[in-house]
Amino acid sequence: MTNIIEVRGVRNQFGRQVVHDGLDLDVRRGEILSVVGGSGTGKSVLLRTIVGLNRPAAGSVSVFGEDLLGLPVLRRAAVERRFGVLFQKGALFSSLTVAENVALPLIEHAGLNAADAGRLAALKIALAGLPANAGEKYPADLSGGMIKRAALARALALDPDILFLDEPTAGLDPIGAAAFDALILTLRDALGLTVFMVTHDLDTIYTITDRVAVLAQKRVLVNERLDVVADFDDEWIREYFHGPRGRAAAQAVSPAHGVPHKPSHGGQT
Amino acid sequence: MTEPAFIHIEGPQVRLRGDWTIANYAALAADIARLRPRVADDADVDLGAVGALDTAGVSLLHDLLGKDRLAALADGGSPLPPERRALLQAVVGVIDAAAPVPRAAGYAFGDIMERAGIGMLAFWRHVIDIAGFIGITLETSFHVMLRPRRWRITSLAANLERTGLDAVPIVALLTFLVGAVVAFLGATVLAGFGASIFTVDLVAFSFLREFGPMLTAIIVAGRTASAFTAQIGSMRANEEIDAIRVGGLSPVELLVVPRVAALLLALPMLSFIAMISGIVGGMLVCAMTLEISPTMFLSVLESHVGLRHFIVGIAKAPIFAFLIAVIGCLEGFRVEGSAQSVGEHTTSAVVQSIFIVIVVDAVAALFCMEMGW
Ligand SMILES: Nc1ncnc2c1ncn2[C@@H]1O[C@H](COP(=O)(O)OP(=O)(O)OP(=O)(O)O)[C@@H](O)[C@H]1O
Ligand SMILES: [Mg+2]
Repeated sequence: MTNIIEVRGVRNQFGRQVVHDGLDLDVRRGEILSVVGGSGTGKSVLLRTIVGLNRPAAGSVSVFGEDLLGLPVLRRAAVERRFGVLFQKGALFSSLTVAENVALPLIEHAGLNAADAGRLAALKIALAGLPANAGEKYPADLSGGMIKRAALARALALDPDILFLDEPTAGLDPIGAAAFDALILTLRDALGLTVFMVTHDLDTIYTITDRVAVLAQKRVLVNERLDVVADFDDEWIREYFHGPRGRAAAQAVSPAHGVPHKPSHGGQT
Repeated sequence: MTEPAFIHIEGPQVRLRGDWTIANYAALAADIARLRPRVADDADVDLGAVGALDTAGVSLLHDLLGKDRLAALADGGSPLPPERRALLQAVVGVIDAAAPVPRAAGYAFGDIMERAGIGMLAFWRHVIDIAGFIGITLETSFHVMLRPRRWRITSLAANLERTGLDAVPIVALLTFLVGAVVAFLGATVLAGFGASIFTVDLVAFSFLREFGPMLTAIIVAGRTASAFTAQIGSMRANEEIDAIRVGGLSPVELLVVPRVAALLLALPMLSFIAMISGIVGGMLVCAMTLEISPTMFLSVLESHVGLRHFIVGIAKAPIFAFLIAVIGCLEGFRVEGSAQSVGEHTTSAVVQSIFIVIVVDAVAALFCMEMGW
């Protein structure tokens, strides 16, 4: 199985605070990878580093087999166009309506005219689970969960190859969160997306992820199938997966053995 | 990377080939508009040769085949692989919700009247808002003034530095230049009457009474009113103002009073600097072109120009300061959550405060003339 993202020896620091040190991470083509870790362990910073918003002090990041940091600007923009990113706080453009937010990449990158882009944007907005009238609203008028959905619709606008999600289900109602999980799984299977997802949501981890990467002690402690990770010998990981919430989520998914379905991969490029 | 996509229609047979993805959207949309009427009701659709398919492609399939046939393809009986059926199903499930909401058609005359009416009402409400906000600010300032423990010295000092000290170079430089220009004008015009010594009076009167305070107020309106609006506006966009309110604190006390107080202190001082540097600019021009030495300039100044003119000028500075600060803060509170709104209100704050400074200055000039001050 090929690695679509390879992070090697990355070091990130802000002033004197070292967030990552010698961090390695592989993401395989077509998988759904969950990144977990305590608050402030640098999950968002890792995501920003991979998508090129944050230049690491050392180390390399390669995506689609190309070293992002060394790439000329134009080439790099072409690679970044194949990313869809859902930021932790949504980061919708506040002076555009939701529909315009989603239509913007369609017009700018896919070269559609405004009418086609509007129709496709409406479809993405509906796919993300927003009501039809949400398209005309401005981000300031949305609820927290609606912002997440609108941001997902924008991230999906160009049907990207890699979807980066930063806590996508935080702030969604449980029914909405389950629908969200199902949507991600459907899209992954049908489009062969690779999903890099930062999440605290144990249900999401148990239902749709193929592998889990645990961020602790400034690096990726373990990056494996869920059953392997859950049995990993580490204080924090044990608390995480075998605490009351972890047990409940595991039982909800498969009462017998607590390990979800085997990873399957949609195959197309 | 992407293959072109094709539609073949032979009688009841509809065969699709190539990549049905967003990259081919524009080309396919044109084909579909042309071929759609030729798709028979009982068409036999073959997707076997379709390469890549994404949500944009499914939306196109929907345009070509209609919802029912798409739903049939997504059903269990179709020969498509399961993940593709899941994608079709996901799109079919929401495609009705994605139908564009029809918009009410406009009616030109009515729309114009409506806009004019809304504009009038907005203006009227704005006037009321300003009056109300001035009232709240005065009331809160009064309360705070009586309780020294609630004076926010740190915030006041920080604002004083930003609005006062940091503005000294620009104020001094601009008024120096204007002082020189006024002296040049005086030299040119008054020399014709052989009265070039009165250039001194011209410079001194204009700077003490009008230009000193007014130029400073206009510069500060551009610099500081905009800063106040942008600061408070982005706090509002970020719900920080709501957090202050919910925390049982008063945003007016926390944000407005220190800013108003700082500007009330800063603007008179800046006006004083402006007067001095304008007069120095005039003095320099007099020394260079009119051979009026600085000593002579100063003695003429002393004998011709009374203290009264300085007082009339400097008394206007606190009024300007209050109006500029209040307008800047009020516009900040009127921001509505988007980056664009921050920009609009910042512009509006600058325009309004410059407008009000000039209007008040004109009224004050008339008043002082009538009073013989
Ligand atoms: N721009 C920045 N400047 C300084 N420090 C930063 C910056 N961005 C992040 N940090 C620090 O890096 C650390 C990791 O932050 P990050 O946002 O990645 O946390 P996280 O793992 O995403 O946490 P959470 O689960 O709460 O979102 C934090 O201690 C944070 O203070
Ligand atoms: Mg984070």
